[in-house]
Amino acid sequence: MASASTPAYNSNNLENNSSKNASRESLRMEPLVDVPQLPGEERITDKDIIYICPFNGAVKGKVSITNYRLFFKSFEVDPAMTLDVPLGVISRIEKMGGASSRGENSYGLDITCKDMRNLRFALKQEGHSRRDIFELLFRYAFPLSHSLVSPFGLPNNKWRITFVNEQYELCDTYPTVLMVPFKATDEDLRKVSAFRSRNRIPVVSWIHPVNQAVIMRCSQPLVGMSGKRNKDDERYLDTIREANGQTAKLTIYDARPNVNAVANKATGGGYEGEDAYQNAELVFLDIHNIHVMRESLKKLKDIVYPQVEETHWLSSLESTHWLEHIKLVLAGAIQVADKLSSGNSVVVHCSDGWDRTAQLTSLSMLMLDSYYRTMTGFQVLVQKEWISFGHKFSSRIGHGDKNHADADRSPIFVQFIDCVWQMTKQFPTAFEFNELFLMTILDNLYSCRFGTFLYNCESVRDSMEVKEKTVSLWSMINSENGKYINPFYTKESSRVLYPVASMRHLELWVSYYIRWNPRIRQQQQNPVEQRYMEMLALRDQYLKKLEELQISDSPHIANNSNSPASPTQLVHHVQTPL
Amino acid sequence: MLSLGSGGGKSTKPSFVSYVTPEDMKIKEKEEGLRSKHPYLLPGEVVFCSANHVLKYTQEDASQRGVYGTLLCTNFKIAFISGESASQETAPPFRNKLLSENDIPLTCVDHIYGVSDEKKKLIIGGQVKSKYPSKLIIQCKDLRVFHFSLTYAKEEEAKKIFQGIVHHSLEPKSLKCVFAFSYCETASTSQASRKSSLTLMFETKEDWSMELGRTKGNCKVSSANEDYAISEKLPQFFVVPFAVSDDDILRFLGKGIPFWCWSHHSGCALFKMACLPTIQEDGISQKYMHRMLDAVTQDQLCPVKIEDLSSCLPALQDLQLSYNKFKQLFLIDSTTEFWVSDMKWFSSLENSGWLEIIRQCLMKAVEIVDYLESAHTSVLIVEEHCSDLCCVLSSLVQIMLDPYYRTRSGFQSLIQKEWVAGGHSFLDRCNHLYQKEKEAPAPVFLLFLECVWQLLQQHAPAFQFSETYLTVLSDSINIPLFSTFLFNSQHHRDTAMKSGHPEAQRSPLNFPSVWDWSLQFDCKAQSLFTNPLYVEKPIQDKALRKTSHQKHQRQLSLPNTLSKPSPRKGFFKEETDNLKKIFLGKRISKWLNPTESSKELYESWQRKPLDYQGLLLPYLDGPAVQVWMQRYLRWVPEAQIFGGGSITTVNRVLELASEIQDLQKEVERRSCRMNSSIAWKQVYSGPPLSARLSSFPFTATHAWSFKPAIPSSIRQGLGSVSSLADKEDDDSQGSGVL
Repeated sequence: MASASTPAYNSNNLENNSSKNASRESLRMEPLVDVPQLPGEERITDKDIIYICPFNGAVKGKVSITNYRLFFKSFEVDPAMTLDVPLGVISRIEKMGGASSRGENSYGLDITCKDMRNLRFALKQEGHSRRDIFELLFRYAFPLSHSLVSPFGLPNNKWRITFVNEQYELCDTYPTVLMVPFKATDEDLRKVSAFRSRNRIPVVSWIHPVNQAVIMRCSQPLVGMSGKRNKDDERYLDTIREANGQTAKLTIYDARPNVNAVANKATGGGYEGEDAYQNAELVFLDIHNIHVMRESLKKLKDIVYPQVEETHWLSSLESTHWLEHIKLVLAGAIQVADKLSSGNSVVVHCSDGWDRTAQLTSLSMLMLDSYYRTMTGFQVLVQKEWISFGHKFSSRIGHGDKNHADADRSPIFVQFIDCVWQMTKQFPTAFEFNELFLMTILDNLYSCRFGTFLYNCESVRDSMEVKEKTVSLWSMINSENGKYINPFYTKESSRVLYPVASMRHLELWVSYYIRWNPRIRQQQQNPVEQRYMEMLALRDQYLKKLEELQISDSPHIANNSNSPASPTQLVHHVQTPL
Repeated sequence: MLSLGSGGGKSTKPSFVSYVTPEDMKIKEKEEGLRSKHPYLLPGEVVFCSANHVLKYTQEDASQRGVYGTLLCTNFKIAFISGESASQETAPPFRNKLLSENDIPLTCVDHIYGVSDEKKKLIIGGQVKSKYPSKLIIQCKDLRVFHFSLTYAKEEEAKKIFQGIVHHSLEPKSLKCVFAFSYCETASTSQASRKSSLTLMFETKEDWSMELGRTKGNCKVSSANEDYAISEKLPQFFVVPFAVSDDDILRFLGKGIPFWCWSHHSGCALFKMACLPTIQEDGISQKYMHRMLDAVTQDQLCPVKIEDLSSCLPALQDLQLSYNKFKQLFLIDSTTEFWVSDMKWFSSLENSGWLEIIRQCLMKAVEIVDYLESAHTSVLIVEEHCSDLCCVLSSLVQIMLDPYYRTRSGFQSLIQKEWVAGGHSFLDRCNHLYQKEKEAPAPVFLLFLECVWQLLQQHAPAFQFSETYLTVLSDSINIPLFSTFLFNSQHHRDTAMKSGHPEAQRSPLNFPSVWDWSLQFDCKAQSLFTNPLYVEKPIQDKALRKTSHQKHQRQLSLPNTLSKPSPRKGFFKEETDNLKKIFLGKRISKWLNPTESSKELYESWQRKPLDYQGLLLPYLDGPAVQVWMQRYLRWVPEAQIFGGGSITTVNRVLELASEIQDLQKEVERRSCRMNSSIAWKQVYSGPPLSARLSSFPFTATHAWSFKPAIPSSIRQGLGSVSSLADKEDDDSQGSGVL
């Protein structure tokens, strides 16, 4: 998918300058020979069409639609311009213009994508050309009708693994295997589940290897207007507090703004009151809900696509609040990580514990534990905190669903990946993976090519046999992981990373959000990284030369090869650009 | 008893936890007193006044702590000496030899605030009464902020030091009082005569000829102004077109003369010119201008484009205003203030307008580059005295076009050529003498460094010098020692030097140049000036590249005046755009949108693989112009990333570079061949990566209390999100959404 020849960091290049060798004539004779095809991908239809490129104007070409993607290739411009859009990326398809529309290119389709772009196509008004393509696209883009062993650490005498949810009978949006306080019986868990929204009881996400403090995640307690109490829940939280022996007060991080938590009482939810939970302190983290985030990203799109707002860039950026939300999420995670480091156990929840909670637990784990900053560790993190614990990918992304305005949609996972990106910017040597890795994850969040992000929770995935029927994104990534390695990565175990959650350091992720703009795209090769790769190659040349010299020069055999870092380890990943 | 209150806050609780309690003070007094009597003084430096038991404190919300010591004011600096900061092992790795951590050169003082009775008041020189404030806040031009409390000092001493500091840093003084004079009179003259051999100073005819020869310029060196016979503003030697005679130069005392800056390989060149005096009869000046233009075009051989900067770039006052606003964003008193200002960070940045000015300068420079590079048209930059924005533009154009100026010696030569010889009024613009009425202070040179930083940030491998070098250079402006930044012209400097000691028959004073970096930094620290990413490559034969594109010649003058941004508020962009379209039609309006104007140039430049030894263009889209973090955020503790920041990658590059160097040596040793060595020389080894702050090398870790920064007051700002904020995440759950 990614063009291998250029280091441009996008996997679905909008205008891919590929196939320069295919001349115009041969294209006309045998169109579409070079539509990429995955196993099982079938072509549905081809059609002559005009793509109205916001950067280069109208371009004539051919569109072909398969059951996986929309592929457009121009036959007018040289080098050929291509568009490669997995159908899963499409959020909304609209007709523009009517049969009586006048003016050039006023009749056609407007396709809104989930990945920050709009595509406009113009068609001829004769025949039913538009109706056909519209219906086909609609059908294939929105086909609605249609695991993992939780990698917990070993249990000890404070914590145990329970199979009480083996058949999803305790909580249908949790994984089958859960880690809970040793002292709590399965019966206790059942009682607690009655008092937690959607039965999402507090369970362990992470244990600090030294001070044994834990991150617990759950949903809000069902306090309601009348201020209900539940002795089992109260006792359960106290058991958690006692487990590591040094937590005087259990800190409960409620991700929501205070007012929203109060408002939730009206719908039966709420928060842990001071009276009921005397050994706990409650902290609100002021992170807004999915609707606010959705609108914020929508505003962001307006200022970057197709044209980047220029003279008032900074204030426009501020008015989207996108970075401010990022800041709040990061700030919340920093607080969680800081509490943990000082030996205090914490409980994190929001309303249902599958959006903001997942963001906070996974980000704080990323700060605390260097394992999650490795390529495999990060996959485990996403798999565990997001996929297993029931982040509703299907509803939030709207896979295959035509309701583009569905209020359940929200870029919560995108926001999380953005936060991770911000951390990689602040700590450029601390992560094993690079920007392309994060972008590949986001692209396949929409593409529906892999089973990884399909459906809302494990129980549904099990019943739909996702594991048997689909391939995992991780296997694709791991099969070519050289592409995703950060050359600057330096392994440092047990270092806690505290990013600075200040606007001074937060940046818009230009190479993701504005990658469709050809002018911005030019700027994306990172010169520092390129230069570093060149130097690595130079180093390898010297190593090789030295090796040759040593062979030819056998009397003084290598007792002073002075390369401190183990070179072989790096040599494997490095493609030499020289 | 110890309660001082927190600067302007309303807290009543004791807010200082000091190392020394008042009881201990008596005991310690003796030894402290002894130590404080021996501050480190430079040759020629004299202590004016001092006060003991001054408390220096950092304003941190949680743990306010102070250090007792002696506050001094000398003829060079304000210094604070305590037992603590002197110890060797905690000394910052990157030390300036002239100044220690708590020293503020008098010319580096920007503003002083006095706090009495919890009220913060700006101190204005010349209006100081006998009363002195209990606390002093000193804001420096290099953006450090110092807090001193005079509460525990003896009244007499406190009064004296306060008045001394205000008098010597905030009140007008004569040039002779600038420290450089007493320094040079005392310091051994032998060391001052050392010259950085690679940097051309442009004080001699030879330097100009060499530069002319290097760029194959088709002009001549003029000695018409030797011994400043014609003008005191002009250098003794300069370069003009062949057709310009000495009489021409004499006619308007150098005004209206096209001075050569640089020649493009195509034969066209960059010139600058000061405006003619306005009182000329039209006929005369017109005829004169015609002749000058003919001289530039070499009798119509090469077309010329005139760029009048007064009509398209902001005025100096606007520059000063904008920078003042911008700078304020980084002078932060407390953690609370940091997080409060974080809320509106982007719009505050935008409101200052500083980044927009940087963008405009770069954009204008790109336009000029476009004429030279694509249209092979000579450009004549015109400005009133051709010594302010003219210098910014001409230097930027040369950096973009000529890789020589991206080396350290080339860059220093460029500053000598365009700024020092070019007669930029450093003294007036920097306002070192504090003479308010006479001078028009404006951060023109800093603006230039800002623009260079943008280029460096975007194209790191193209520059031999590092970000740290630029930051240190920007700091050096405020050290009153270097001839480079102390005078308004070469003549000004020469006369100042000679009159140093009128009666004594001594050789003229020899002020050091800022390029003599060893005065400020040792070799190890200087190694941080080198950019490890720099790609050195032999410069290609330019004749080969020459044939690449010959475009149509553009018209000579385009209505640039219209691209000036409307200074009026409430005149919306769309409106002006529409007006422009109506008045000018499509063809010309292309030139009005500045980003569009050089579109072709950008496109052809981007089609080719980026050659770091070739043409360099800045990216100017909204997100591309950024804040020079190292310079502006280095002293702000809340903004430090512990063990992070871009410095970590630079460090990896340095490590790898040293590894390669070792390997290379080893290969050479084994193969017994003498190869030429590669560019990486000294490698700086400092504390381990994880123990560094992102502002390395500027902030020392010892002053850093490690704890994660957690934003406070984060709840405002989002109030406007309205009804959505109150909605429940999943509508399916409850029907009655509040």
